[in-house]
Amino acid sequence: MAVDVRPLPGADLFDQRLSYRKKQGNILMVMGVASILIGLGVLAILVVDILIRGLPWIDAQFFTSFDSRFAANAGVKAAVAGTAYMMFFTILVALPLGVMAALYLEEYAPDHWITSFIQINISNLAGVPSIVYGLLGLTVFVRFLELGRSVLAGSFTMALLVLPIIVVATQEALRAVPSGVRDASYGVGATKWQTIWHHVLPHALPGILTGNILAASRAIGETAPLITIGALTFVPFVPNSPLDRFTVLPIQIFNWTSKPQTEFHALAAAAIVILLAVLLLMNSLAIVLRNRAVRRRAG
Amino acid sequence: MRLLRERTIQSVLFAAAASGILATFGIIFSLAGETLHFFQQVSILRFFTETEWTPLFSIQKFGIWPLVSATFLTSFIALMIAVPLGLLAATYLSEFASPRLRGALKPALEVLAGVPTVVYGFFALVVVTPFLQGFIPGLSTFNSLSAGLVMGIMILPLVASLSEDAMSSVPSGLREGGYAMGATRFEVATRVVFPAAISGVIASIILALSRAVGETMVVAIAAGQNPTLTLDVRVPVETMTAYIVQVSLGDTPYGSLAYLTIFAVGSMLFVLTLLMNVLSHWVVRHFREVYD
Repeated sequence: MAVDVRPLPGADLFDQRLSYRKKQGNILMVMGVASILIGLGVLAILVVDILIRGLPWIDAQFFTSFDSRFAANAGVKAAVAGTAYMMFFTILVALPLGVMAALYLEEYAPDHWITSFIQINISNLAGVPSIVYGLLGLTVFVRFLELGRSVLAGSFTMALLVLPIIVVATQEALRAVPSGVRDASYGVGATKWQTIWHHVLPHALPGILTGNILAASRAIGETAPLITIGALTFVPFVPNSPLDRFTVLPIQIFNWTSKPQTEFHALAAAAIVILLAVLLLMNSLAIVLRNRAVRRRAG
Repeated sequence: MRLLRERTIQSVLFAAAASGILATFGIIFSLAGETLHFFQQVSILRFFTETEWTPLFSIQKFGIWPLVSATFLTSFIALMIAVPLGLLAATYLSEFASPRLRGALKPALEVLAGVPTVVYGFFALVVVTPFLQGFIPGLSTFNSLSAGLVMGIMILPLVASLSEDAMSSVPSGLREGGYAMGATRFEVATRVVFPAAISGVIASIILALSRAVGETMVVAIAAGQNPTLTLDVRVPVETMTAYIVQVSLGDTPYGSLAYLTIFAVGSMLFVLTLLMNVLSHWVVRHFREVYD
C-alpha cells in the first residue's frame, strides 16, 4: 500500500526547518534587548555628558548668586527659590483638590452620566499638551483674575496641569483598600465620612502620597506653560510675596541653553544636575513609600 | 447634625470633582474666545490657504501650514524611532523576559519618560546636533532631525509600556494553544500575541504621536524658529508649540494681533491632540478582542 506523502493541510503556513524557526525567535529576542539597551544607553550618555559638563560649575557661589551676563558670576539662587515657592503653592492647591475629587468619584459618585462625564473629562485633561495649560493660565489667571505673571498664577496653572495625575493615582490607591476595612467600620455604626476619614484614607495614604510626589516631579520639570504665562527668564531677585514675578529652574536652564556661548551651556548643565538630583530624590521617596505600602498590605 | 455634616462633605467633594470640568471649560473658552478675536481680524480662509507664516513681519502672512508641517515632520521622525524600538522592547518584555527581569527593566525604561523635556532639548542641541554634524553635511545648528530623534527616545517608554500592557493582557491560553500546535516563540509572539494585542498597540502609537505633536521644549530649543514649509530635516523649522514659545518670550502687548495668533495656533494644537486622544480611546474600545 502506497504511503500518502502529501503535506498535511496548513503545513505551508510553517517553515519546515525547525532550527531556522527557532533562530527567528532568537533574532527577535536580541533585537528586543538591543532596543531596550539603546534607550537606556542614550539615558546613560545624557546623564554622563551632563555631569561632565555641569559638575565643575557647581560650588557655593552657584547657589548664592543670581543670574548674570557673565557666566562666571551666574547662579541659580532666584531659580531655586522660585521653584520652591511655586511648588509649595502648587501642592497646596492640587493635593486637596485632587484627593477630594478622587474621593467623590470613588466613594460617593452615583453610577450615572455625570460621573462618567467627569471621569472621561479627567482622562482627556491628562492628554492636553502642557503648553495649552499655559494659554489657559494666561487668560484666566494672569488676565481675568489679574494675578499678573506671578508665582500664584504659575502655581494655579501647574495645579491644573497635575490635577489629573493626582486624581487617577488617588483613585487607584482608594480602590486598593480592601472592602473589609469599610465593612468593619460600617458594622460598628460609623457614618460614611467617619469610615473614609478614619479608615479608608489612612489605608490609602502611602499610595496617595506616591501619586502626589510623581505629580510634583512632573510639575517641577515643566517649562512650557510657565513660559507661556510669561514667567521671566532673567530674574535678579528672590520673590517676596506670591504676587511677585519669578523664574524657575527649567526656565533658567532653557535661558542658558538658548545662549550661543558654551560657558552658558555648561551653566545649563550644572542647573540640570541640580534639577535631576531633586527629581531622583523625590522618586526614591516615592519608591520607598510604595514598597512600604506593598509590605504592609502583604504583612 | 451628623446627617448635615455628611451632606456638606459630599457637596464639597462633588465641587472638587467638578473642578476638572471647570478646567476643561476654561481651556475651551479661553482658546475659543481669543481665537474668535483673531479670526475677526484675519480671515479663516487665509489661515488655511496661505503657505507662509509671517505674522511678526511687516508683510503679514497667516498660513498655518508651515507650523503644522514642521510639527508633523519632527513627530514623524520621533515615531520612526519610538515605534520600532518601543514595539521590539514591548515584545521582549512581554514574551521573552523573565518576570524578574521585566520588573527591573520596565521601571528603568520609564526613567526616560521622567526626565524633564527641557533637559532633552539641551541634549538635542548641545550633544546630538554637533555629533550628527560630524557625518551629515549641511546640518544646521537648529534642525528637525536631532529634535525628532531625541523626542523619539523620549516617547519610547510610552509606546513600550502601553504596548507591553496590551501584549501581557493577552490570555496565556492563546499562547499555549500556539505552542501546542508546534509554533515557536517567534511565531507565537508575531502571529498570536501581536494580532491579539493590535488595538492596544495602535492606541499606544496614536498616543505617542499626540504626545510628540504637543511636545514643546525639545523642538523650541533644537528645531529652530524659522517657519518654513519643507521636508528637509537638516534645516531650521518652527513647530506650532515652538511658535507659541517664541511669541511668549517676547514682550507682546495684550490684545495685539501677535498675542492673538498664539491662541489660534494653540486651538489648532488642542483640536489636533484631542482628536488623536479620542481616536486612540475609540480604537481600544472598538477593536479590542474581549476574552473571558
